[in-house]
Amino acid sequence: MDKMPQWADVVLIPLISLILAAILSALVILGIGEDPVAAVNMMVSGALGSTYGWGYTLYYATNFMFTGLAVAVAFHARLFNIGGEGQAMLGGLGVALVCLYVPWPHWSIALLAACGAAMLFGAIWAAIPAYLQARRGSHIVITTIMFNFIAAALLNYMLVNVMRPVGSMDPASARFAETVHLPTLHELLVPIGINFSKAAPANVSLLVAVLACVVVWALIWRTRLGYEIRAYGHSETGALYAGISPYKITMVAMLISGALAGLMAINNVMGEAERLVLNSTEGAGFIGIAVALMGRSHPFGVFLAAILFGFLYQGGAELALWTNIPRELIVVIQALVILFTGALDNMVRMPLEKIFLALRKGKA
Amino acid sequence: MDFLTIIQVLDSTVRLATPLLLACLAGLFSERAGIFDIGLEGKMLMSAFFSAAVAAVTGSVWLGLLAGIAASLVLAGLHGLASITFRGNQLISGVAINFLAAGMTVLIAQDWFQQGGRTPSLIGGGRFGPIEWPLAESLREFPLIGPVYSELLSGHSILVYVAFLAVPATWWVLFRTRFGLRLRAVGENPAAVDTAGVSVVGLRYAAVAICGVLCGIAGAYLATALQAGFVKDMTAGRGFIALAALIFAKWRPWHAMGACLLFGLLQAIALRFQNIDLGGVVIPVQVMDALPYVLTVVILAGFVGKAIPPRAGGEPYVKER
Repeated sequence: MDKMPQWADVVLIPLISLILAAILSALVILGIGEDPVAAVNMMVSGALGSTYGWGYTLYYATNFMFTGLAVAVAFHARLFNIGGEGQAMLGGLGVALVCLYVPWPHWSIALLAACGAAMLFGAIWAAIPAYLQARRGSHIVITTIMFNFIAAALLNYMLVNVMRPVGSMDPASARFAETVHLPTLHELLVPIGINFSKAAPANVSLLVAVLACVVVWALIWRTRLGYEIRAYGHSETGALYAGISPYKITMVAMLISGALAGLMAINNVMGEAERLVLNSTEGAGFIGIAVALMGRSHPFGVFLAAILFGFLYQGGAELALWTNIPRELIVVIQALVILFTGALDNMVRMPLEKIFLALRKGKA
Repeated sequence: MDFLTIIQVLDSTVRLATPLLLACLAGLFSERAGIFDIGLEGKMLMSAFFSAAVAAVTGSVWLGLLAGIAASLVLAGLHGLASITFRGNQLISGVAINFLAAGMTVLIAQDWFQQGGRTPSLIGGGRFGPIEWPLAESLREFPLIGPVYSELLSGHSILVYVAFLAVPATWWVLFRTRFGLRLRAVGENPAAVDTAGVSVVGLRYAAVAICGVLCGIAGAYLATALQAGFVKDMTAGRGFIALAALIFAKWRPWHAMGACLLFGLLQAIALRFQNIDLGGVVIPVQVMDALPYVLTVVILAGFVGKAIPPRAGGEPYVKER
């Protein structure tokens, strides 16, 4: 017997967790002597009040959709992929190699190739921890953390010693050619008569991210493989009994997860920076954890949570620009969301289950 | 490389291994009791900030140390609440704690000191000074033993000695006391401990609290002894290197010291020499940075003996089903 109706599990619990996180964040803002209401107003007007704000919100949201989906797919197989950051870094390396060393005639072909390279590099980076988990029994959380640091060192080496143009002091690759420039939302929307901000970095990758949400949804809920992944996540012994290979599912789920995290690079490396810089991921791999937890590992939930975090990111940047509240406020909010929707889930769930049980008894 | 250079590198090895060692022993207590802790980094960072902040305001490094330990204990309590009382996912809780510390330290630092997320530089009584061993000055000129005694052993801050004394203490507590036996049992088979009438929850909270105290000392060491004040993200992944050392040591105290000294040596070498030239083959500094993590993955992969974590690690204990 289910203790709660499904809508409570899907909507009510995340909502209450979110409200708890919001209340605590407001207290934090009060604690550092600022006005939470004014802060929220400034965040809303800064992130959603102009097409410029929307452009940044959607740009960040695109990153978080990819990394959130990456964490969510692994969650379905009960694997905690904390290595989205490293996989996204490697994806960036793949994109940069493809864009720098191949003369592409048109951005659309370059985008396809970059997607392939980003997914390949991200998947490779996830494959080693996946293999070690599946065959050697080493804990995937620890190995993926280690691979984040190894990726950072590798990228540092590549940028400083290999890809840095001669004579440049900056640890960054050369700028990509003009032909691989991805159209921004401004360039996409002008032909249909919408004047979107020219300065904002949101670009065609947003459409790829939305497409990825749909594809992941279909994969998880409409294919045999998705069924096997979910079955494995619910019960390893049950899946084994049904003839599902744990090795295969661990590998496949992590490869898909790594590919999705790597795919983020088409947005931040190809779409925005148009060259590979140090720390281009800016922690988006970790925000994917919060996004997946809040979105309940469902692609539509991830989509909504990614936009919420995009809003928080852009709003937080506005706050840091105009008030005395540093950008790290977003990190605190992110931590609270992870805490309440992830680790303290039972704190919200247990009392709610009691309430629903009491209500049901009252009716019967 | 002459003898004095080697001594200097080893000296900085000891300094750099100290925070790793304290955090590693902290993780050892927690994980031996069955509570995975990837929030070592966050607890150290929180303690680093509060110890530096209180030391800067009061001018007393000892008050700073206490404040650091208290701050770290608060986060440890949060981890306990999430993973013991509410049986949440210990890994997710650890991730949340790391972000909480990364954000809150800068937020509070900016509010209190308005220096862009750092504390003022600590001077005089705000820092742990070096402790000179007796006769260190007069023995300095003595060949071989002189530099070892007066450079390598003498002249560290008190927390360095605390860290290295904590190794036999940890061994003794875990392997020679009743509390230690129960603590290890709770990490292997909590149901058995429960059947014996000992509180699983109590033991696990105790382990998490010890972890908090040790992480607090580690953070205070970073901000008030190794450096003079707090800067944003100053732990720089040390909590994760400590975690790596813990796996490398296969959850044993003396091996933990060995692993931390090894990783400290790697850091010291990377700090002193940028790119190392080994007769034509140049090892870039990034290889030294990545080596602790690569070594840990190799250990985890089981190529050099198998690292088996405590059996009940990561799983909340449910008394009744």
